Amino acid sequence: MKRTANLWLIIAIIGFCLLPWHVVEDGFWSFSWVTNIGYVESSSALILMLVYGKFWFWPTALAFAFVATCLATVSNPVTRAKMIASSALFGLVCTAFQGLVIVRDGPRFFTDILNFTSINEGQIGFGAGAMVTLVALLFILTTGVSAMGKGRGDAFVIGLIGLIIALVGVFVFFPVAHILIRAFENKDGTYSLIHFIPRLFSSDIWGLGCFAGGTCGPAINSVILATMTGAGTTTLGLAFALIFTRTQFFAKPLLRVLTVIPIITPPFVIGLALILLFGRTGAVTQLFADMFGIEKSRWIYGFSGVYLAQMLSFTPIAFLVLIGVVEGVSPSMEEASQTLDADRWQTFRYVSLPLMRPGLANAFLLGFIESLADFGNPLILGGNTNYLSTDIFFAIVGSVADPAKAAILAISLLMLTLGAFLVQRRWVGTKSYATVTGKADSGQHAALSPAVKAACYATALPWAIFTAIVYIMIFYGSLVKLWGYDNSFTFDHYLQAFSIDFSNGIRWTGSAWDSYFTTLTIATISAPLTAIVGLSTAYLLIRQNFAGKSAFEFSTMLSFAIPGTVIGVSYVMAFNFPPIELTGTSIILIIVFVFRNMPVGVRGGIAAMSQLDKSLDEASITCGANSFTTLRRVIAPLLGPAMIAALTYSFVRAVTSVSAVIFLVSARHNMATSFIVGRVEHGEFGIAIAYSAVLILTMLTIIILLQLAVGKRQLRRTDRVEQSA
Amino acid sequence: MQDFKPGSVHFNGVVKKYGAVTALTKLDLSIEPGKLVTLLGPSGCGKTTTLRLIAGLESATHGSIHIGGEDVTHLSATYRKVSMVFQSYALFPHMSVIENVAYGLTVKSIPKKEAHEKAEDGLKMVGLEGFGQRLPSELSGGQQQRVAVARAIVLEPDVLLLDEPLSNLDAKLRRHVREEIRQIQQNLGLTAVYVTHDQEEAMAVSDRIIVMRNAEIAQEGTPSDLYQRPNSSFIADFIGDANLIDCEVTSTKDKRSKIDVNGQELTVNNIAAVSGNAKLVLRPHQVILSNSGTAKGFKGNITYAAYLGNQIQYTIESDLGHLFATSITYDAPLSVGDNVKISFDTTQVSLVSD
Repeated sequence: MKRTANLWLIIAIIGFCLLPWHVVEDGFWSFSWVTNIGYVESSSALILMLVYGKFWFWPTALAFAFVATCLATVSNPVTRAKMIASSALFGLVCTAFQGLVIVRDGPRFFTDILNFTSINEGQIGFGAGAMVTLVALLFILTTGVSAMGKGRGDAFVIGLIGLIIALVGVFVFFPVAHILIRAFENKDGTYSLIHFIPRLFSSDIWGLGCFAGGTCGPAINSVILATMTGAGTTTLGLAFALIFTRTQFFAKPLLRVLTVIPIITPPFVIGLALILLFGRTGAVTQLFADMFGIEKSRWIYGFSGVYLAQMLSFTPIAFLVLIGVVEGVSPSMEEASQTLDADRWQTFRYVSLPLMRPGLANAFLLGFIESLADFGNPLILGGNTNYLSTDIFFAIVGSVADPAKAAILAISLLMLTLGAFLVQRRWVGTKSYATVTGKADSGQHAALSPAVKAACYATALPWAIFTAIVYIMIFYGSLVKLWGYDNSFTFDHYLQAFSIDFSNGIRWTGSAWDSYFTTLTIATISAPLTAIVGLSTAYLLIRQNFAGKSAFEFSTMLSFAIPGTVIGVSYVMAFNFPPIELTGTSIILIIVFVFRNMPVGVRGGIAAMSQLDKSLDEASITCGANSFTTLRRVIAPLLGPAMIAALTYSFVRAVTSVSAVIFLVSARHNMATSFIVGRVEHGEFGIAIAYSAVLILTMLTIIILLQLAVGKRQLRRTDRVEQSA
Repeated sequence: MQDFKPGSVHFNGVVKKYGAVTALTKLDLSIEPGKLVTLLGPSGCGKTTTLRLIAGLESATHGSIHIGGEDVTHLSATYRKVSMVFQSYALFPHMSVIENVAYGLTVKSIPKKEAHEKAEDGLKMVGLEGFGQRLPSELSGGQQQRVAVARAIVLEPDVLLLDEPLSNLDAKLRRHVREEIRQIQQNLGLTAVYVTHDQEEAMAVSDRIIVMRNAEIAQEGTPSDLYQRPNSSFIADFIGDANLIDCEVTSTKDKRSKIDVNGQELTVNNIAAVSGNAKLVLRPHQVILSNSGTAKGFKGNITYAAYLGNQIQYTIESDLGHLFATSITYDAPLSVGDNVKISFDTTQVSLVSD
């Protein structure tokens, strides 16, 4: 432990004394700071402290001195560990505190007390030096804690726990806390609780006017929409799941495709396709107008349009969840029911369906949360109806920017999603009748009764056909000159977006290339990071025991329940000024994807890791391997498929996500989805649809390639088996 | 001061709690080097917890643990010179047999070639030469078990831990493998700690047995100590079957006591020097059954009889209560409903406290 602590101390001191403490304008990797000696901006903390009189770095320096003294003088290992840990904690707290208090314009709080020239000059955000110092201090702290005999003295595990808590704290809780603070802020910049409550529950947000013929507040609209979407997707999802698992339906592989496609579809694409069908110039609208003389209307822009789009978007998710639920009903229970002389309908009604109830509730809540958080469809089809997620956006980017209103709306939305999330975990989560055990259950699922079967086919099949038409429209629409007016065939949209000029070397002249490459780059960087963070968290949750584990688990899953718009707003509010200035960079996009998609990696990792016998780790550890080696040589190889799944999923989500991203993109770093939304706002549907089609194809290709890679890996293993046999 | 030899294991007042549940209440334990000691007890008694504490897979709530004289209480499992054979074998499914056995050596940065040579020696020791290139899934249960043993012993640990190593094998194989394990342990002079809930297995392999119950040590000693001189009715019943018959000690002299059983006076051994209400330990094979009428003794009636080939098992309702008896007499097998007289050799039976 002494060696580890020494090493981190040296790294911390390097960060403090040699690296530029603050953000360097040209970027760290330009290394312009090496030559710019003598400028305040590119100085290390040591220089700032000694030369420029920035006395608030003294406590950090003091912490180093403490740690070094303890390492050199104290001989009792436990005492030494305690002293090192507390010194490092002191250093961390002081360093973070000065960063939070002293911002660009000088002190943020305590302005009267902190009235010094050097403070009033202010400082810019943390840079490389600060980051290295803070990380090193964190690891000195965890090394100390592990040497105190906590967590079986495993420095790697404690370090990992510390790192993930710090990351989640800084990139999930810190920004969300900013929304809370903003919400308490009054117009004149003071804070009060008295004004907060009436603003939070004002009729602007929660108004019930639509029940009396007027208009409702956005929160009520969102809740009504979410309830209907939750109920609708669950019903349709159940119908699909029953057909998929309990009938001899001939086109099951096609149903399977239905579950994959929406995952790779950017959320607003369904909305676009619906406009092509049902908009003023939509195909169906015109057909009906020509045949029956029904007047063309804009009904699709409003509640019904958003509802339709959400049903199409989220039914597959319910389907995916409910396949597991329906299969989870133990066949032997259905057989028991039948041997007790119940017919198929009675078995379904009194045994299978009640057993599925927690699963159905789960699917409903999932649909409810997804609908509340959905941003793309309301943005495109919302019309004059207001929804929370889009109102937040307009409060930030609208003609009158009102961050306080955005904060209040964000809190309302957060309350709703967190409420649903809590209900799901506390009530449904503990009440599962799922009977999936390690033991093979050799029974046969009961067939559906004719009436149920007919009902399932009647609801699901038309819907499946409708979904297929919607997707065909996306590709068809991209090849039409001007939908509804000039239906001639053209490649123009693709050329405009994706043309390449070969005349003078390769030049990516299409308007979409920039955002396309940015999107792919950022998704490629963030996907492995997401997988690593997610799977490491899963490893800690499944394999390690430590105090506060359930709180840890809860906080990592929490970011799943925070809608993208809320995350976006909170990032804008938190990372726009020191100590962490990230807005306008590509780093903030990567970070937002990593922490938005982390719960997916965590869930996948938990599922996969629960199936690995814990004694495998223990065998490795008793063989003298440390936790890191165990993770690398035993667990990681066995988690291969889960890792590929997490990679794929986080990549795809990074490409398709729009809600959080739209707040964070900048002219330099534009993403595909926000580019498309921008085209839609300008009425350039052709390009938007063509680009969407390209995105879907890109992701389909990537998923297939990854699947092939996984397949190959398994083949190689079989080869080895045959060779040695 | 305790005598710390290499390979010895000492527990000093070790307490282990999982939240509110106490898995071990103040355990003091010492294991001599070179001996095979078994931790025996019903499930949930704390035996596996004890083993995992030695391995370092759990950390003690209070107290200290020494291995070979070194205080390892706060040392993580990685750095303890201890290796373990798991109930599920825990062979790494993605590595070949030789890679599995060499794993512990390679993580210690021993060159791969040397590690594989040592691993090959280890495989030879368990009789699995030439199986190195296979995957664990291609081996039978018994072979997998031996790979797990090889993986543990090539590390030349100070202490070898075995956690119910035979429970996944069928009955016949179990006896064969336990003999092998015992032989390897004795050849290498290893200190070994063996956990099982099967008392026969414990008796067969151990130098000493530590019987645990409710998070505490109930009794420890050699197999014959435990069988012949149980200190409680729990041990008497757990080590070999026993009928425990209520009785009252009336007088004691020279480790022989007069007792009152169901109104009859008998004189039996009383090594544990119990007095007052006690239990008479009557092993099933000690019960002598004779046809009713002629013989003296307690009265009984056969309620169940099972022919097992090498013996016949009887259940008897009697003056002494519900009795379980085995007999190797086939001449006149008794049948259900027969009235019998029950007797036993009073020099062979003993008393335990109530």
